[in-house]
Amino acid sequence: MQKLKDQKRRWEQTTLGKVLARSPEQEEQFVTESGIPVKRIYTPLDLEGRDYGEDLSFPGEFPYTRGVYPTMYRGQKWTMRNYAGFGTAEDTNKRYRYLLDQGMAGLSMAFDLPTQLGYDSDDPVCEGSIGRVGVAIDSLEDMEIIFKGIPLNKVSTSMTINATAPVLLALYIAVAEKQGVPQEQLMGTTQNDILKEFIARGTYIFPPDASIKLALDIVEYCAAHVPRWNTMNIAGYHFREAGATAIQELAFTVADAITYIEKALERGLDVDDFAPRLSYSLGCYMDLFEEVAKYRAARRLFATIMKNRFKAKNPKSYLFRIFSGSCGSTLVTQQPINNIVRVTMHALMGILGGHQAIHTACWDEGYAIPSEDSARVALRTQQILAHECGLCNTSDPLGGSYYVEALTNEIEEQTMGYLEKIDEMGGMINAIENGYVYRELQKSSVEFQRKVDSGERVIVGLNRFTMEEEAAVEQDIFEIDEEVETIQKRKLTELKKNRNNGEVSDTLQKLAEVIDRGDNVMPCLIEAVKSYATIGEICNVMRAKWGEYKSPTHI
Amino acid sequence: MKNRRVLIAKIGLDGHDRGAKVVARALLDAGVDVEYTGIRQKIEDIVAITIQKDVHILGLSFLSGDHMTMLPKVMKQLKDAGKETLPIIVGGIILKHQIPHLLEMGVKKVFLPGTPLQEIVGFIETI
Repeated sequence: MQKLKDQKRRWEQTTLGKVLARSPEQEEQFVTESGIPVKRIYTPLDLEGRDYGEDLSFPGEFPYTRGVYPTMYRGQKWTMRNYAGFGTAEDTNKRYRYLLDQGMAGLSMAFDLPTQLGYDSDDPVCEGSIGRVGVAIDSLEDMEIIFKGIPLNKVSTSMTINATAPVLLALYIAVAEKQGVPQEQLMGTTQNDILKEFIARGTYIFPPDASIKLALDIVEYCAAHVPRWNTMNIAGYHFREAGATAIQELAFTVADAITYIEKALERGLDVDDFAPRLSYSLGCYMDLFEEVAKYRAARRLFATIMKNRFKAKNPKSYLFRIFSGSCGSTLVTQQPINNIVRVTMHALMGILGGHQAIHTACWDEGYAIPSEDSARVALRTQQILAHECGLCNTSDPLGGSYYVEALTNEIEEQTMGYLEKIDEMGGMINAIENGYVYRELQKSSVEFQRKVDSGERVIVGLNRFTMEEEAAVEQDIFEIDEEVETIQKRKLTELKKNRNNGEVSDTLQKLAEVIDRGDNVMPCLIEAVKSYATIGEICNVMRAKWGEYKSPTHI
Repeated sequence: MKNRRVLIAKIGLDGHDRGAKVVARALLDAGVDVEYTGIRQKIEDIVAITIQKDVHILGLSFLSGDHMTMLPKVMKQLKDAGKETLPIIVGGIILKHQIPHLLEMGVKKVFLPGTPLQEIVGFIETI
């Protein structure tokens, strides 16, 4: 090392010094997207004192820095799982079948806001929202249409659903049963991460305690009956979208995970019974090296916490399996075709970061629900990277890069700093309720906006390389048929006329009793949805029992 | 910017409020008396606040595509409450071809994604 130090000093004084004297660098200080200072060059000196075996080890072995599985993409490529769903169940069924025909391996369901918030389509508060940001679902009838011709023992389905996750899982189990697929065979994920909804995204219904109870009902039920289901996808993505830096994103995700695990343990579950079915989601932002370092740090940090803090013994409990998504906030509405390049970079980060499933955004997402063409380009982007670019030949190809290793260490260290602070506050629920998480995000998002407005952070097409008159791209923009709302309301009226309403009230009554007793709601929910009770009816029973949460607002 | 009270609000079911909060913060930093309602507010509650607090400008943020349904209702309820002259500014994900309709409806100004904060603050100063 001494020899290297001398050599580096010599380089700085001679070769480098001469050039710097002639032409200074473009910036005084170079930093990552999240503000970590970046040096001119990284060498083994930056990794002094680190141990390969302890820090990196091998793929599939603790601490999993280099990947969660031994063969990574040589054994199996990531799951290409693009987020889709809009309009009516029929519209969405058609899009899903199209995407599966085009080679997509798994579905990722987008639900409209009424479905996410537990309202039926005929509820007056839903006007204007039916089928807008996802598919409209009121009852099992809609689910049956969505999955018509899609065999649920072959396709895995990820659902971006939180407050109403138990109801949607119940619907999925019921529709599979109708297809003759037992719940033991079902593969997929419920996002079921309610904590981040209180901070970002906002689709909470019930107060935190009741919300977490519901989330854990899924965890407990699946551990016993749906063994291949990923019960939670604890998500950092939404913190990032709400303005977090890479470090805050990782810290808040892990802090949420710690909270759920602690609550599950309090409930008497064994960590090794449920932790293997937890999965994680992190965003893909714009700084490639920082993002890859973030994913690597996440795996190492999480494995260490599971081993040391929670004393997990099953190695599967250590795995920070990542589903990544292109951060929509990095997409630019000006000159939107350029977004294809940004999304390609997102997918590349995910691949170099060793993710298990990847979502690529569509270039027109900044405006509206993606068109069929743009959805296909997003999928083709992943297929090109998977098959044409040599990215799957070896695990963790950036491992060993002095820079990426140093960044991985730095991100891990700073994340631990946040986690300590949150622990001191008594955990993530307190940190959310006392406004700490909120203030951290606000600080970062205001700072980001300042940099964009000042031009310090360049965004092509927005604050640099802009065009006066943009080509009219909006003519190709896909707009939701205004009819969706009418159709959905009509279907609901018909349903309420034709189902066995006595059976519906019985199951709803039973649900109320289950809630009073504090039992797991899942078995009863499955019964209720099979009787064609609607999501709104079910959630109204829960609202009556638990009340609705109103989040404090700060600016 | 004295005596100018701005209310930034989110109506409908949408929970994305990074933009609303960043705009509110920028106004606050510029010395504007500003309040943010939080997400998922009812239109009637927003109208009530504009009266109770004698709000001078109402800013509404939409990111889930329900603005064409919501805004006519906002306009009607404000009119019924005798507040039809209250200037309304709208921001968020709005298609360009919808802007003329919104202006015709009586919206004072529409800010699209990527608008520098200074432009929004500057515009509010002119009202």
